[in-house]
Amino acid sequence: MKLNTFSSLLVAATVALTASATAQAQSRDTIQIAGSSTVLPFSSVVAEEFGNNFAQFRTPVVGSGGSSGGLRQFCQGVGANTIDVANSSRKIRPNEVEACKANGVKEIIEVKIGYDGIVFASRVDAAIFKLEPVHVFLAQAAQVPQNGKMVANPYSRWSQIDKALPDQEILLAIPGSNHGTREVYEEKVVVPGCETLAEVKALDKEASHKFCTAMRTDGRVVEIAGDYTETLARLQAQKDAIGVFGLSFYEANRDRIKVATVSGVEPNLDTIISGEYPVSRPLYIYVKGAHIGVIPGLQEYAQFHVSEGMSGFGSVLESAGLIPLADDERAAIIQNIRLKKSL
Amino acid sequence: MTIIAENPIKAVAAPSQVQQKVIASLNRRHRKENLFRRLGLTAVLISLGLVAVLFINIFSKGLPAFWQSAITLDIYFDPQIIKIPPMPQQRDDESDNDFRQRHIEWQTEIGFVNFNRLITDSLQKILPDANKHRRDLARVVTSGERFALRDMVVADPSIIGQTRTLHLLTDANIDVWLKGNIDRSLPDGQQQLSPKMREWVDKLSADGVIQNRFSLALFMNPDSRSSLASAGLAGAFMGSFYMMLVVILLAVPMGVAAAIYLEEFAPRNKITDLVEVNINNLAAVPSIVFGLLGASVLIGWFNLPMSAPIVGGLVLSLMTLPTVIIATRSTLKAIPPSIRQAALGLGASKMQAIFHHVLPLAIPGILTGAILGVAQALGETAPLLLIGMKSFVASIPASPFEQASALPVQIYLWQGNELRNFFEARTSAAIIVLLLMMISLNGLAIWLRKKYEKRW
Repeated sequence: MKLNTFSSLLVAATVALTASATAQAQSRDTIQIAGSSTVLPFSSVVAEEFGNNFAQFRTPVVGSGGSSGGLRQFCQGVGANTIDVANSSRKIRPNEVEACKANGVKEIIEVKIGYDGIVFASRVDAAIFKLEPVHVFLAQAAQVPQNGKMVANPYSRWSQIDKALPDQEILLAIPGSNHGTREVYEEKVVVPGCETLAEVKALDKEASHKFCTAMRTDGRVVEIAGDYTETLARLQAQKDAIGVFGLSFYEANRDRIKVATVSGVEPNLDTIISGEYPVSRPLYIYVKGAHIGVIPGLQEYAQFHVSEGMSGFGSVLESAGLIPLADDERAAIIQNIRLKKSL
Repeated sequence: MTIIAENPIKAVAAPSQVQQKVIASLNRRHRKENLFRRLGLTAVLISLGLVAVLFINIFSKGLPAFWQSAITLDIYFDPQIIKIPPMPQQRDDESDNDFRQRHIEWQTEIGFVNFNRLITDSLQKILPDANKHRRDLARVVTSGERFALRDMVVADPSIIGQTRTLHLLTDANIDVWLKGNIDRSLPDGQQQLSPKMREWVDKLSADGVIQNRFSLALFMNPDSRSSLASAGLAGAFMGSFYMMLVVILLAVPMGVAAAIYLEEFAPRNKITDLVEVNINNLAAVPSIVFGLLGASVLIGWFNLPMSAPIVGGLVLSLMTLPTVIIATRSTLKAIPPSIRQAALGLGASKMQAIFHHVLPLAIPGILTGAILGVAQALGETAPLLLIGMKSFVASIPASPFEQASALPVQIYLWQGNELRNFFEARTSAAIIVLLLMMISLNGLAIWLRKKYEKRW
């Protein structure tokens, strides 16, 4: 008897659950976002404020997975089971746009949300570094030019690269290739540093790019696939390690890590806005045009993200470490969203 | 004669070769046993020691996070600042939908009110030099508390014009500073708070205005990133709750039914052998594989929503199913055949014998297996990462179809938060909550077994 009522209750509940499952699967009213772990903290703040400020929309859900991971998910197609917004810490690549179009994602609205600096940081108790791009290249390269010949990277201490650098083991923790930060790190630090060398200038373009981005594989350069906390953990375990971080992460952990200057400039809000600090990059969100009007609040979310109050000077995002857009840039971007201007 | 008489005496004086051998081997065996005992004891001590280290580490870090800095303020709900129309009332000729629309518009209007002003105005009364440091002033109370004030107004607009004494959470960095989680001797450049702010906070703390209070936010709020101090576990808890509900509703009845059929009804042949081997194999499949399955089949084909507890629950059900089947089968095996034979002998059908006599006796064992399976599912993280549940979700899910996080995933997310000084403790607090839930589930299983256990 007891068993019977119990089992009939179970059956009823299961039936109810499956019935509502089929009803719910068709539509979705929550904006779904995924992508760059650099953009994630900013987008999460916007999502939360968006949910709190607009009573008629639900709070968007923000996932991570790296810029490439997010864009891959974004380009999977159109429909309720694909994401609406991809966060990216680099510009979308032409082959990704093609992949998107092949899967039916034809309207891609690019929204630049601000800028971020990339810093080289070491533990607070480690030596002070004054880096030049060429130092970073020589520390991470597979081969370096010596006396006109390319030889396997002989450097094991920073002081061997340049007498002015500390006498410390070379150990670099750089973002894995799933991160947009990695591309910026190579484009703005490694390659420019590499191209200052006379031997590299002699190479043709393709050969020089290949040479510059080849990485040593003897364990002195570690690729971190996870987020910045993983890089921080690496620094805590190994005193000599130098990690690559976003400026905002460094700002939140100033008691644990300190930054190196690059080309003599210390990274901070002012030097990045003025362009003096060389390693900065724009951050983007990519909005799926086909979902505007289907997923409630999508266009409003994009506009809210770049609104003056959210990401301008003195805003929440600025205090979270995002470097604001210039005013005319912001106006143009908001106009783009209104017109749903696609790539 | 002499030889016979001599021999026993010799044996006592000097043991024979055989006896020597026995004594030597006995010593060797005792030595081996002693060594094994000591090794065993060391192994137990080492594992206990490691568990102790783990628990001490987690509890010493996590317990302080259950109390959080809060500031006591007299908030005047100033009608000059809160200028809103009266709350709409439903008219007789108005449909529910229209009224809801009007209510949302009214709420949006309230959203434009600057509730931060109420807080800063109140702070100005207790901080004499506040006007010179407006930027700091706006950061004393964590930013999420302005929504708490708004919700108070929405719930009861008559509060406007009145003064209420409230305990508001302070900014996460103030909590870090007061708890000593950041080195106080660091220079200004490495501190998160400005010198002025540190001076204020120390003074307010000495005056008792800022106190360490039990953190309800940790249990009542969903996760937060814009107001770190108010980040809580409620969203993740509800996500885990819905998933466990799905597991209990799906995996347990299905597992028990499958086990009864296989054990009592199924014929013994090659096919059932194959099924049995497969169930045992299924129990050994790494959980992340189930996550991949969930992502491609449930989300990709069946169009179920991403990051939803229903998908997580289905995936975890698959994972728990073999555990339940194996536990149930072994319980059924342990019921003495005499019970079945007696029932059959008295004229019961096979079905009656099983459902009236065998199954009730097996219930404690089945429940134990099911609860342990559910507890295992509760702590599972890997498959959830693949179905989008590691997303940041800032709302509490109202149904299993709404986006949610889960407790173990929340631990993973907090572990990755940038503000390490604050979230290290918060992460350990979340671990404590999860551990307590696991321990109570396991305790329930033990209690049920003890209570209903029958011995033959």
